[in-house]
Order: sequence, then C-alpha cells, then structure tokens
Amino acid sequence: MPRHNKTQLEIKMEDVGIEIDEQVEHNSDDDAGRRGKTNRRQQNHKPSPAGVRKNRNNNRSQPQARNGRRTAVEDDSEDEEEDEAPKPRRGNRKKPAKAQDSDEESEDEQPNRKTNKKGGNQKQKEEPNNKEKQADKKGKGKDKDKDDSKDKKKKKRKDSSSSSSSSSSSDDDSMSEGEMAKLMEEVEEKKKLVSNMRNKPWRMKRRLAALKEAQSFVEKFEGALGKGKGRRLFAYKVMMRKKWIKFQRDFDNFKTSCIPWERKIKEVESHFGSSVASYFIFLRWMYGMNLVLFGITFGLVVIPEVLMGLPYGSIPRKTVPRAEQAKAMDFSTLWDFDGYCKYSVLFYGYYNNQRTIGLLKFRLPLAYLMVGIGTFGYSLMVVIRTMASNANESGGDGEDSDFLFCWKMFTSWDYLIGNSETADNKFASITTSFKEGIVDEEENQKDENIHLRRFLRVLANFLIICSLGGSGYLIYFVVKRSQDFATRNDLGWYEKNEVEIVMSLLGLVCPPLFESIAELEEYHPRIALKWQLGRIFALFLGNLYTFLFALFDEVNQKLAVEESIKNATIWATQMHYANFTGNTSATPPPIDPADVIRGPCWETTVGIEFVKLTVSDIQVTYITILVGDFLRAVIVRFLNYCWCWDLESGFPSYGEFDISGNVLGLVFNQGMIWMGAFYAPGLVGINVLRLLTSMYYQSWAVMSSNVPHERIFKASKSNNFYMGLLLLILFLSLLPVVYTIMTLPPSFDCGPFSGKSKMFDIIMETIELDFPAFVGNIFSYVANPGLIIPAVLLMVWLAIYYLNAVSKAYENSNLELKKKMQMQRDEEKNRRNNQDSTNSIMKDLEDLLPIKSEDGNNTAPENKASTNKNDPPKAPKGADKQGGASRNGSRVNPEKEMSLAVQNPRIAVTRPPGPRPPGPLPGNPQLTVPGQRGRGPPQRVGRGQPRH
Amino acid sequence: MGNKQTIFTDEQLDAYQDCTFFTCKEILRLHSRYHELAPNLVPMDYTNDPDCKVPIQLIINMPELTENPFKERIVESFSEAGDGNLSFNDFVDMFSVLSEMAPRELKAIYAFKIYDFNTDNFICKSDLEQTLNKLTREELTPEEVNLVCEKVIEEADLDGDGKLAFADFENMISRAPDFLSTFHIRI
Repeated sequence: MPRHNKTQLEIKMEDVGIEIDEQVEHNSDDDAGRRGKTNRRQQNHKPSPAGVRKNRNNNRSQPQARNGRRTAVEDDSEDEEEDEAPKPRRGNRKKPAKAQDSDEESEDEQPNRKTNKKGGNQKQKEEPNNKEKQADKKGKGKDKDKDDSKDKKKKKRKDSSSSSSSSSSSDDDSMSEGEMAKLMEEVEEKKKLVSNMRNKPWRMKRRLAALKEAQSFVEKFEGALGKGKGRRLFAYKVMMRKKWIKFQRDFDNFKTSCIPWERKIKEVESHFGSSVASYFIFLRWMYGMNLVLFGITFGLVVIPEVLMGLPYGSIPRKTVPRAEQAKAMDFSTLWDFDGYCKYSVLFYGYYNNQRTIGLLKFRLPLAYLMVGIGTFGYSLMVVIRTMASNANESGGDGEDSDFLFCWKMFTSWDYLIGNSETADNKFASITTSFKEGIVDEEENQKDENIHLRRFLRVLANFLIICSLGGSGYLIYFVVKRSQDFATRNDLGWYEKNEVEIVMSLLGLVCPPLFESIAELEEYHPRIALKWQLGRIFALFLGNLYTFLFALFDEVNQKLAVEESIKNATIWATQMHYANFTGNTSATPPPIDPADVIRGPCWETTVGIEFVKLTVSDIQVTYITILVGDFLRAVIVRFLNYCWCWDLESGFPSYGEFDISGNVLGLVFNQGMIWMGAFYAPGLVGINVLRLLTSMYYQSWAVMSSNVPHERIFKASKSNNFYMGLLLLILFLSLLPVVYTIMTLPPSFDCGPFSGKSKMFDIIMETIELDFPAFVGNIFSYVANPGLIIPAVLLMVWLAIYYLNAVSKAYENSNLELKKKMQMQRDEEKNRRNNQDSTNSIMKDLEDLLPIKSEDGNNTAPENKASTNKNDPPKAPKGADKQGGASRNGSRVNPEKEMSLAVQNPRIAVTRPPGPRPPGPLPGNPQLTVPGQRGRGPPQRVGRGQPRH
Repeated sequence: MGNKQTIFTDEQLDAYQDCTFFTCKEILRLHSRYHELAPNLVPMDYTNDPDCKVPIQLIINMPELTENPFKERIVESFSEAGDGNLSFNDFVDMFSVLSEMAPRELKAIYAFKIYDFNTDNFICKSDLEQTLNKLTREELTPEEVNLVCEKVIEEADLDGDGKLAFADFENMISRAPDFLSTFHIRI
C-alpha cells in the first residue's frame, strides 16, 4: 500500500510549489494544518545536525537516515547548542503563524523540548516518529488537497531520495568506525520499531507506512554494515536471520492453527460470559496436557511392549488363569475390567521384567519407572509455569478499593458477550451492582445485620463440616464392607460396585446441598463460587483419601496373602519338576501358563480400582448432564404448553451451568489419573478420550439446555484458582504413588519390577550394568535411600522456605510501594496538574482523533490562541498554579514522555503540595463547572494540546 | 490457504502480521468477515488496496458487537474519519486492539478513546453519564447517576480538574483486575 501511495503522490505533486513557512498560514483547510505541523516538525529537527543545515533549501526533509547518523556523531556538541538555541529561534519563525494555530505549535514544542533535553538517544527514537509524519503526509497528499504547498514537498522528496541514496553510496566508501557503530545502532533501533509496531497506538495506515519505511531502511543499510571480508559473513547472517524470522512466524501460524475449539469456546463465551468459558478453556488446557502425557506413556511404554514384548499367552502374567477363562470374555466381566482386560497391556501386571526387549534392546522396566516419574515431573512443570504466566498477566491485584466505582464503570461490561439474553442479564447485574455500591456508599456498612449474618455464616460452616465428616465416614464404612465382600462370591451387582456408587452419589448430592447451605451466607457470587469450590474440594479430597486408606489396607492384606502364595508357587513348581524327574530323565514339559498359581498382584488391583472409579465418574457425569440438564430442559420446554404454571420462569426452569462442580470434577478426575497412571498405563488413554468427548458433549449440552447465570460474574483470575487446585491435587496424588514406589515391595510374579525388592532398584541395576564401574561406585555411596529421601525432603523444604521468604519480601515491598503510591496520589491530587506527563501518548491520542472532529474544534481558535500565549485572565482558581506547575513539569520530567506507563507517581515534585483549592471537589456545588470547563479554553494552558 | 494469493500479497500479509496481533489465517478470516458484511462493496482482491469502507450500520450489527452498549463508540474510535465507517485497515486495527494478545497499555489508550464520547481527549462528566446510562440502560435515577459520576471522578481524578485525563484513566485502569479479561473480543 505505501508504495502505491508514494507513486500516486509523486504524480500528483508534479508541479506545485511554495515555501514551507508560508504554508502554516493556510490553515483554513484541516489538511493544511496537519501538514503544516509535520513540516514544522521537520524543520525543528533539521537544525539539529549541523552538517545538514547547509542543505536546507533543497533538502528540507533529508531522510532521517542521514540525519540520524550525523546526529549521533555530533550529538554532544549539538545538544549543548540546542539547549540554548531552539526556543528563541523557533519562536521567531513561528510568530506569524502563532495566532492562528498556536495549539499546534504548542504540541510541536513538546517533542522539541524533549529532543533537546534527551539528546541523541531521544532523537533517534524520535526519528521513527518523523518518518511517520512523512508517511502520514504522503497519505494526506494523496487525498484531494486544495492547498498548493505540495510541489515543495514533492521536490523535497525527490531531492531527498536522490541525495540520500547518493549520500549513502558515498558513505559506504568513507564510513568510519564510529559512524558504522552509529548506523548499526540505528538499524537496531529500526528493527526494534518493526518488532514493536503492533504495540503502537497509531492508525493502521500509518503503521503500515512506518513499517515499510523502517523495513526498507533496515534493508538498505544493513548490507552496508559489514566491511571487507566481514561483509559477506554479515550478509549471510542477515539473510539467515530473515529466514529464521520467517520460519518463526510460520511456526507461530502453525501453532495457533493447531489450537482446537476456538470457535466453540467463543460461541459459549458469547452466550454465557467469561466465567463459563473459563471452564471450557481449562478443559482444553487439560486436554493438551493429557495429550502429552498420553504421548509419553504410550510412546515409551505401551507401544514398545505391544510391538516388542512377549505376546499374549506366552507367560503366566500375560495369560488369563484357567479358572477365569470361561467367563473372561463376558461383557459383565470386561465391564469390571476383569478377564481379558485385566491381563492386557492396560495394566501394570501385564508387563514383563525382562531387562531389555526387542532388537533395539529397549529397557522397558527402566522406561516404565521413568515414565511414571516423568508424568509427575511434566505435570508439575506445566502447572507451575501456567500459574506463573497467569500471575504475570493478572497484573494489579483487585484488593485495594480505591477505584471501586471506576472499575465498575469501565471494566464491568464484558466485551465478549454476544447474546441478547446474556446481555440483558449483564445489564441487570451491572445496574444492581451500581445500586449496591451506592447503598454501600451511603450506609458504609449495615450494622444491624452483621450479627445475624455472622451467626448464619458460622452455622453454615458448621453444617458443612458435619456433612463432610458424615460423607467421609460413609465412604470408610463402605470400603471396609467391600473388603468383606471381596472374600465372598455370592454378590449382586450392587455389592460389587458399592464403593463407586456411594462415592458418585455423594459427589452428586453434596454439592447442591452445600450450595443451598451457602445461600445462608449471602456472599457475592464470585466469593461464593470460591467457597463452594473449596468445600466441594474438601469433600472430594476427604472421599478420595478415605478411599486411598482403605485401599492401602487392602494392599497390605494382599501383600500378606502374596507371601504365602509365593511359597505355594515355588512348592508347586518344584513338585511339578520333581514328578517328572522322578519318572523320566527327559526335560519336563513346561507348565501351561494358564495353570500357574498366581499372586494377587496388588498393583493391578489398584490400577483396576482407579480405572473403575474413573469410568464410573465419566458415566455419572454424562448421565447427570443428560438427565439433569437435557431432560429437564426438554420437559420444561414442551410440558410448558400444558401445565398449570409457567415452567420456564417458575419452579423447575432451565438449569444453569455448574461451574464449580464441573471444574472440580475435572480436577479430581485428573488427580485420579495421576494416581492411577502408574499402575494402569491405559488410564491416560481413557482420560484423553473422556476429555475429548466431554468437550463436545458439554459444549453441546450447555448450548442446548442451559441458561446463563442470573448474576453473571467475570472470571477474574479464577483461572489461577483452578490451577492452584490442580497443583494441590497434583501434590496430593503424588504422595501415595511415591509412597508405594518407595516402600512397598513389588509383586513377585507380575509387572516390570517383579523380582526386585523395591521398584527403584531398577535404577541401581541400570547404573551397575550399563555405566562404567566408578559411576556405580559413586552412586552406591550416594544412592542410599536413607540418604536420598532426607536429602530430597531437605531440598524441597529449603526451596519452599526460600520461596516463602522471597514472596514475603516482595509482599512487603509491594505494600511499601502501595503506600507510596497512595501518598503520591494524594499529592498528585493536590498538585492539580500533571499535564506534561503523558505527552507522547496524548499526541498519539490526538492523532487518533477523527479528522471530522477537527472542524468542530476550529470554531474557537481565537480563544485557544489567546489563552495559549499568556496565562488566561479568566482562568479558574488555581490556574496560575497550573501554569507554574506545567512549566516546572516540562522542565523536570522530559523522559516521562516516551514511556507509556510512568505518569503521575514519579513526577518530581518541585513544590510542596499546597492546600487543595476549593472548586472541582466532588460533592461541591460547583461541580457543574467541570463539564463546561472540559471544553473550555483554560484547559489548554501549557498542555501539549494539538488541535488541528 | 489456496486463495491466499488472490486476496493479499505475501508482503501485505507479512505487513499485517507485523502491525497486528493476528496470524495470517486470522487476517484472512477477518477479511472474509469483512467481506461478508458487505459483499457488494468489498472486493475479494485486496492486492492493490482498494479504497472502500463499510458503513457503520453494517459493522455494529456484527454478532460480536451487536450487544455491546458502546458499539457505536468502538466503531467510531477506530474509524479514521470518526464517522464509524471502517476501511479494512481500521477493521483489522479494531480487532487487533481488542484481541487477547494486545498489551494493557494499548488497550487502555483505545478504551480511553471509546469512553471519551465527545472526543475532547478528556473523560468529563457528560462522558461518564453517557457511559453509565449505556451500561445500565438508563435504569438509574438522575441523582444516582450524578452520585456515581462524582464518585468516579473523585476516585480517579489525580489533578483535580474535574475530569479524567488519559493519565488518570491509565493509572486507574492499569490496576483494574478485570480490564484485560473484559476488554477483549474474540473474532
């Protein structure tokens, strides 16, 4: 596009001509005003590099390339010169124009002053801006211009282009080291500009033009940077870098195109607001993580075992025992993950303890252990990293209530909402929140209710603790009973699945119970959501751990049984061989693998337990959605035609999406996966399937049969709350797994670690056999479990201690800073003026103003002019102070202007904060004044207010 | 992306990617959305920068904007002429600023423009009143509106001139916990 513009401009401007200084007079046209401004800016710049000054007449807009280089070289001397010079000089020149567009000039002054103060560095930064202006001008010139000052520019342009190219070519020969360094710096600057282009608050057209300029600049001069032999290498490097950038961009494109369900989530988001969408985003994130876990587990353990391990039926652990074979293929057996399922690659027991398998000598047992540990390691890393990046993003904390109403005003509308029903709810909730705010403000606090409310909250918590304890006991009871059942054979379906059923039922009944108890507390929904999450979390956790302890009991029993079976097996084998050796001298035929007496293989039992739990959880979730949401919606929708009251708005109504329940369900499901994955590698695969289906299923259900929340609230930072829960669950599920790996002996006849006394012995073995001897020696000293575990614990403890200390320190300094900010804010309020602090931004803002509005503002140019030159006689109270402060401000804080984020707080205060003058204080009857003053002339005093 | 060549040149796509927070695919999608708005106005071929604008009425009826109480202001702030008619550049610009990737500073600048109804570079009391009325569908009484506006000015106005300059606004919005998550439109 820019190229296009330029050519058109050149054609158009073929033959027009006028001096620039005259041009400022023609500000009847808005465009002229703009152009005048830019031209003047160029002039102001031009004087700085002395070398260019002689070219003044024909080289008005000498390209910054040259300027910059010179500028940089002659910086030091120039700066001093400019410090005294610019003001009067410019003043003289501007005189005639001042009356008419003094506001422009004031705007012009700002960057100039800035330039003078900041010196070369600043100037270089300014250059892109100038380029901008030129580019802008080009764009403008293209538009119909009645003004006749174009020829001049046109000529300039031609001259400049030719001269710059010639100068660049001549420079190539005679570039000194210093110049080159400067040029390099400048190129770097441009590159930085290119990479930051998207953050500039400019119009797209201007951005594109600037980008083009900068890129062509870089292209042109980058090649000239190398010298002699180095040049080739340099050019090569430059080329490679370009390729690399291109590759990165393509890769990014590819990456974003790989993120699934963007549209689905958007749809949900626009219907239900960001809080519901946060659940789906979380779900997607979990899916991604589980996909990686799935890849690791299946790639390194399951598939190698399937491809290279011994086939099914070759050894006892891979064969269904003869007693079970009759029913092994029945659906009911398979549904309980018994029979063929149990002796399949999905579970721990199937894996053989061969040290290496296949041609590749793949060390499967080692890989198994490593994958088990790696799963946790990876999850931990991902969760913590995500948490950290979330924490960075969330920026300021919402704790301080300095801006209660401001935030309500400016951030309460959720721009994502695209559904009219949701929008209605949102409007209503915003109105309510404003009204609440007003009431709070008026009463400040409701004293009368506070005792009652406190009592109610205590009562609610008491009730919830009671039900938590009850559910914990119930589970313990059921699990105990199931161990009794396990020894019997005459069991119905209910007795077999009692544990799962009870746990699912508890998960189903308790959350709504908690929710109704929480009604007593009358928290804000966002806080209520957190309480609810916390309580359900406690419930699930209690249930899970009770379950685990019961399971440990079972495992211990199994271990005891195993001991006796082990002896029996050995005895049986011996008997077998003895029988044969007694009769003949031939080698005895091996025992059929199906007939060998087996141990109970507690690992597989644990794995099956977790898989069953996961599957029943999936079933319950899906059925709940189908019945509780879909069926309810169908009934409400269609029975409403023939019912005595309005079902849709009355009692049953449609369901709301239960964020807390769903999030916790997901989190706990993940905990189960982490715990079970070591004993049942197939569990990860099941989980991936579950997440995949539930993404589609739930987004369908939510869109088809749920209604938006009555009080929509935003999901502020709750993402990190989810992550926190996940991290907690990760630790909690890490504990039992690590405990079992470290302490319990593996079964003697199943799994990759059979025959070892501890699972981690596999590492020792590998070190001894596959590493040089001295490594083994070192490890044998170091790798004493008695040494390792305390060491690890100590490290963890130290790390936690250190992080804790650091965070405490940060917290303190944060508090301190906050205090300071508060002080400064008060001061600031007193100072009544911070006009110069944000000039560059103000300028950008001005540039963004629609062109149209300039007409309207030109109505009062005389006013502005008069007020701009001298302090206005009719300035409101405090205006004299304003003037003073602004002058001071402009002296003191020029560097402020370049950065976006440093406004008020760090302004050097040159005078003590005076008493706050009466006037625009809120609540004051004079409050009506500001509205008028908003447009009134006095505001423009000393402020870089370009009005074009 | 077989049709990529016919809509934009590679340089154009690169330039857009440098200037916005979008990937090449998203830019193409934006173009197709833009094209959908006014199929007879917007050409499919953008390689030579056709000069066309889609009128404001069509844009504010996009599903992404139609429920937004500030839709007119959003569109106006991003249109170069201030009348709300958007060229494709403006259109891309708008969604780039409102995208998830845009930094807080950039968003703050445009939010300021959006809430500055009378485009005088200050959020003065009349702006606040309009904002509030749009947010609540004028369900608050004039006294309440007045009170809220006064509170807002009192909270955020640092220099005490009775209206919010950009510095005030930026200072306030930079600490708002919800600003980034709400000032965001997924396209």
